[in-house]
Amino acid sequence: MPTTYLEAIREGLWEEMERDSNVFLLGEDIGHYGGAFKVTAGFLEKFGEKRVVDTPISESAIVGASIGASLMGLRAVCEMQFSDFITCGFDQIVNFAAKCRYRWNAAVPMVIRAPSGGGIHGGPFHSQNPEMWFVRTPGLKVVAPATAYDAKGLIKSAIRDNDPVLFFEHKGLYRRIKEELPSGDYTVPIGRAKIARRGHHLSIITYGAMVWVALEAAERLAEEGIDIEVVDLRTLLPLDRATVCESAKKTSKVLLLHEDTRTGGMAGELAATLTETVWDYLDGPIVRVTAPDTPVPFSAPLEEAFLPNAEKVIEKARWLYRY
Amino acid sequence: MSTAELLVPHKQIQAAGPDEIAQKCLYYMHMMREVEDRIERKLYRQGKIVGGVYVGRGQEAISVGTSLLSEPEDVLLPSHRDMAVFLIRGVPAGRIFAQYMGRVGGMTRGKDGNMHMGDLKLNIISIISAMAACVPVATGAALALRYQGKPNVAFAYFGDGATSRGDWHEGLNFASVQKLPVVFICNNNQYAYSTPLTKQMACANVADRGPAYNIPAEIVDGNDVLAVHEAGKRAVAHARSGQGPYLLECKTFRMTGHSASDGADYVPKNLWDEWGKLDPIVRLETRMLDQGWTTKADLEELRTRIRAEVDDAVAWAEKSPLPDPSTLLDDVYES
Repeated sequence: MPTTYLEAIREGLWEEMERDSNVFLLGEDIGHYGGAFKVTAGFLEKFGEKRVVDTPISESAIVGASIGASLMGLRAVCEMQFSDFITCGFDQIVNFAAKCRYRWNAAVPMVIRAPSGGGIHGGPFHSQNPEMWFVRTPGLKVVAPATAYDAKGLIKSAIRDNDPVLFFEHKGLYRRIKEELPSGDYTVPIGRAKIARRGHHLSIITYGAMVWVALEAAERLAEEGIDIEVVDLRTLLPLDRATVCESAKKTSKVLLLHEDTRTGGMAGELAATLTETVWDYLDGPIVRVTAPDTPVPFSAPLEEAFLPNAEKVIEKARWLYRY
Repeated sequence: MSTAELLVPHKQIQAAGPDEIAQKCLYYMHMMREVEDRIERKLYRQGKIVGGVYVGRGQEAISVGTSLLSEPEDVLLPSHRDMAVFLIRGVPAGRIFAQYMGRVGGMTRGKDGNMHMGDLKLNIISIISAMAACVPVATGAALALRYQGKPNVAFAYFGDGATSRGDWHEGLNFASVQKLPVVFICNNNQYAYSTPLTKQMACANVADRGPAYNIPAEIVDGNDVLAVHEAGKRAVAHARSGQGPYLLECKTFRMTGHSASDGADYVPKNLWDEWGKLDPIVRLETRMLDQGWTTKADLEELRTRIRAEVDDAVAWAEKSPLPDPSTLLDDVYES
């Protein structure tokens, strides 16, 4: 039976809680209600109130308590109901959790799950992609899986990691993506990108839901004889610069794609990395397809215009291919 | 009593007589005062310490009176006015001087300065500059203690200014909802940097906020170490018994600027005079003399001994090397 992206996260959480009694969950509405997206449905019944803690609407307390518990030897997995609300716990994440190891050698083995992304008509406060606020905070790890396989493997790695990990799970993928997963325990390493599609004309570097947009564009461009390679970053911090640069060296042309807004987005960091590292191999300018620098709009035609899609990618890729 | 004897047996203190408790309190208050005087009035002025310097002069009774009640497995989150927590938990004074001087021997190996230090082996969690952030963290530490089935308590320290922050309220509320073993200890020193209490909050006492969260709250004379110790016993007993958190407001006064670079001209002179008469060390010494628990000769001997200990600690710290720039990138991640 194929497993959805959402079920993959649930399975990963469930298996890690069975495997390690130090793992526990906390967040708003995660217990009795099973979570706003039902990722943790059934956990309270199985693991009890000690290990599945319903909290007040207090993101700072949720993150702060996760830090305190993790410093004392537990492995807290907390949920931000929507990643947009992570701002309310920002200080705890970037000033407390991120800096403990560097400052005083203290491990904070915690995970913050954060449902992110648009395309669900959520409007400005239920659709954002806040990953870059954290990618520029040394001491944090940031992952953003695109597939059910990676979602399960990465949530398990995140829970076992001894540093604080932000786990951005794309809401638009929750029930849209289904895959056959291997039975039994497996993990996906944090910090490693993967080649989602092999090609030799042009590399699309992307992550999260945009991996599927890139793959769709690649299929259609293949009909025109353009052979696209798609690199799925999977982890944004620490960034797998080697895999990105290897792909660019092979294809010599790079299109950077993300759902996040343009200025200060991951594409800027990737472009600088590529220019510094593989400039001599490039046969064309590095191009970007991203959301524009606006809040995420609510109304369908506006949101459609906001989000990158296969058409926008194809147009840029064709231009770059012919450059 | 030697330093070694004083450092180890804080477990026994609850069984000790009042004179023994007073002796311990006096030692640690003197030690804290002397360490901080060296930091603020000597090493900082000599340029041997750069960066922020924050001391708890006049507030020694609070960290001494309460943290002497801690069991080894209890967790403490001292604020920047609670130096004695480190001394009582067994951190050598030399490491504290090295910390302030940015040397390798400091608790953060030069990665952070001043009172931003902790050590999980001693169950001390380091503060960050936004002080109230420690309150939810203390709540989480208490959650872990209960989760692990330990009969232990988290001691969360903060000033009056921190109680204006949202995460202070979030942390208290969550701790009370979960009935967690946390003792919230406020040093109400009347000023948050230059802002007096009347501009900080509209209620008269920090303790007034406890009932809103169904947390028992108590006000104590924060310049009377034995009173703080007694109130601390009630607070810790409440938390340890599983009845939930307790809020202890210690009224005191910051007998210094916010930091060493702050002349505190905004403080009316009469307040310095009034609170100067309530110095917690002088008060304890007077009481001990009255009770016959000590003599003037003993007190002089103690001061001499502490000065010598602190001399040695400063010398140790000055010999500790400055960090090698090659360590810049170390310890951002485990691997």
